[in-house]
Amino acid sequence: MSAPSLTAGAEDSHPTSAPAAPAAIDRKAYWRTNVKVLGVLLVLWFAVSFGAGILFHEELDAVNLPGTGFPLGFWFAQQGAIFVFVAIIWVYAAVMNRLDRRFGVYED
Amino acid sequence: MDTQTWTFVIVGATFALYIGIAIWTRASSTKEFYVAGGGVPPLANGMATAADWMSAASFISMAGILSFAGYDGSVYLLGWTGGYVLLALLLAPYLRKFGKFTVPDFVGDRYYSKSARVVAVLCAIFVSFTYVAGQMRGVGVVFSRFLEVDITLGVLIGMALVFFYAVLGGMKGITYTQVAQYVVLIFAFMVPAIFISLMLTDNPIPQLGFGAELSGELGTRIAGVEATTLLSKLNGLHEELGFAAYTDGSKSTLDVFCITAALMVGTAGLPHVIVRFYTVPRVRDARTSAGWALLLIAILYTTAPAVAAFARTNLIDSVRDAHYDPAAAPAGERGVPEWFHTWESTGLLAWQDKNGDGRVQYVAGAAFAGAPEFTGETGAHGERLVANAPDASANELYIDRDIMVLANPEIARLPAWVIALVAAGALAAALSTAAGLLLVVSTAISHDLLKRTFLPEISEKRELLAARVAAAFAVGLAGYFGIHPPGFVAEVVAFAFGLAASTFFPAILLGIFTRTANREGVIAGMLSGLVFTAAYIVYFKFLGGTKAQLLFGISPEGIGTLGMAVNFVVAFVVSRFTPPPPLEVQELVEDIRVPKGAATPAHAH
Repeated sequence: MSAPSLTAGAEDSHPTSAPAAPAAIDRKAYWRTNVKVLGVLLVLWFAVSFGAGILFHEELDAVNLPGTGFPLGFWFAQQGAIFVFVAIIWVYAAVMNRLDRRFGVYED
Repeated sequence: MDTQTWTFVIVGATFALYIGIAIWTRASSTKEFYVAGGGVPPLANGMATAADWMSAASFISMAGILSFAGYDGSVYLLGWTGGYVLLALLLAPYLRKFGKFTVPDFVGDRYYSKSARVVAVLCAIFVSFTYVAGQMRGVGVVFSRFLEVDITLGVLIGMALVFFYAVLGGMKGITYTQVAQYVVLIFAFMVPAIFISLMLTDNPIPQLGFGAELSGELGTRIAGVEATTLLSKLNGLHEELGFAAYTDGSKSTLDVFCITAALMVGTAGLPHVIVRFYTVPRVRDARTSAGWALLLIAILYTTAPAVAAFARTNLIDSVRDAHYDPAAAPAGERGVPEWFHTWESTGLLAWQDKNGDGRVQYVAGAAFAGAPEFTGETGAHGERLVANAPDASANELYIDRDIMVLANPEIARLPAWVIALVAAGALAAALSTAAGLLLVVSTAISHDLLKRTFLPEISEKRELLAARVAAAFAVGLAGYFGIHPPGFVAEVVAFAFGLAASTFFPAILLGIFTRTANREGVIAGMLSGLVFTAAYIVYFKFLGGTKAQLLFGISPEGIGTLGMAVNFVVAFVVSRFTPPPPLEVQELVEDIRVPKGAATPAHAH
């Protein structure tokens, strides 16, 4: 379900009639990098929740999370995916802060 | 001090705190009223978002639902947290860059259409009212259970309080009250959870105790001779009693998938959550504050399933085959614990001695149909008799799911002040959510309908007055629904998420990620998503659709996922065959994608 957003974002690279200030080129590259970062993180988001927690939960339940009594799929569905979600947002915020600086769009 | 006095003291103190904050943070301009002046620090906004999001249902009902649904309850955990990833990555930063005050603002400007704005306003009002009625009811219920006042009086007290800080303070007052409410509610949720984790697993961290071996005071007794983990013991108990294994579901994988997706996308599309991201100063603050919000929400959302499993294990162990009258239990057999009788007197628990042996038989199946109707008489063992016809199953026990959180402090034999704290926490959860929703309703009326649509010349002063009047009116209406709850409240919650998923989310996403999505496409998309989702829900919730008729076995709670897909497809196809958006709209799209620079003056606030 993340697919429509990604393809929609990617198809946007065709030329536009927007004013061709020097900054405009940077903005395109900034956006493309942003969409790439988004794509990677959303794949992870999908994998831990819909993948490990739902689609493959029965297969993963055959083993326990090492050192605990959690069946692995059940753990992803009720604990693990949520921890990963939190990490995803913080990673995104950190990566984008660096990207903002690199492209000179960091707000003071 | 007894529980009652403690409750008055703690609830009174928290209310005084909220009122103090409201007076200190009065709003003096529309910008302060709508978005707290746009100057809320990310951590404070994260706390406010967390309190805004976690309602009476999250605080009281979720652990109970998880407790009885086991793995199937994961849809709520994943759905109500995973949505924040979508929000933080796909919506919040760009909407913050856009600026302005509301979700309909974005829809109206991006799709250069008054009708799109009005459709968005109506959806926002409907979604928010659906929610808020439940919150005011929640306030009344907490009052009646913990302070033994009438539900109506409880709702009125809650209304007076929300009126005070929402009408006076607007978003500014609400934000800082929510910060305080977050602290109260998370403390109130964690304290009993930590104690119960210690009792059952000897581990103070519930998230770890959840996967640990049974040990500690109560855990050792439940485990019996053999050392075993909490979850395998619980699965074993479920098997003995005929329930599906706790860590395994009974819903189809597709249905679980669709419900989770609808809740996630719906969460990301709910206006009262989105609007919180307009209150921070910068785009990068929107990203960080989403990080804080989810971290703070995750503390409760990863504790709740642990509490659910602890409470379930303890419940089965302590009531199964216990004698209803402890005095009548022969040597070596147990009577029911004390809280059993306490909660029976509130009507949240009922026992019907079907086989007349004086012991509680608890197995899979319903004790009787529906909620208990007490006759006012007592039976052979002193139990409150119910008028409901017994079900054919051998199960004799009716338990309201809310007990799982409300009775925790008693089950864990915690001091009276902890019980009082739980009452204050539940109230904080309900009030903070109600206030956030009411603000969306009042903003929708004064800003989106009056200022942006029908009365563009209105002065700032009069707009602020209109916002306050609308907020007051909304509080009154919400209170009315709290006192006279329409029977369909539970059903329409599915509506709120389905609607947000099938209308707002695709419209906003397309508005940011494509330049080519145009007015015709998005209006057609929103309408078809809306009609498809609404028709499905209405048919199965109100017109008696049967299980066999479900499309691919997807329940109404999950249909928003398909509604969203319908919306995307229609919007895409229609946009292809109609004129592209005007140039200035395409520039607006370029503009919101980048945090700084080239903002046209219209977007600089």
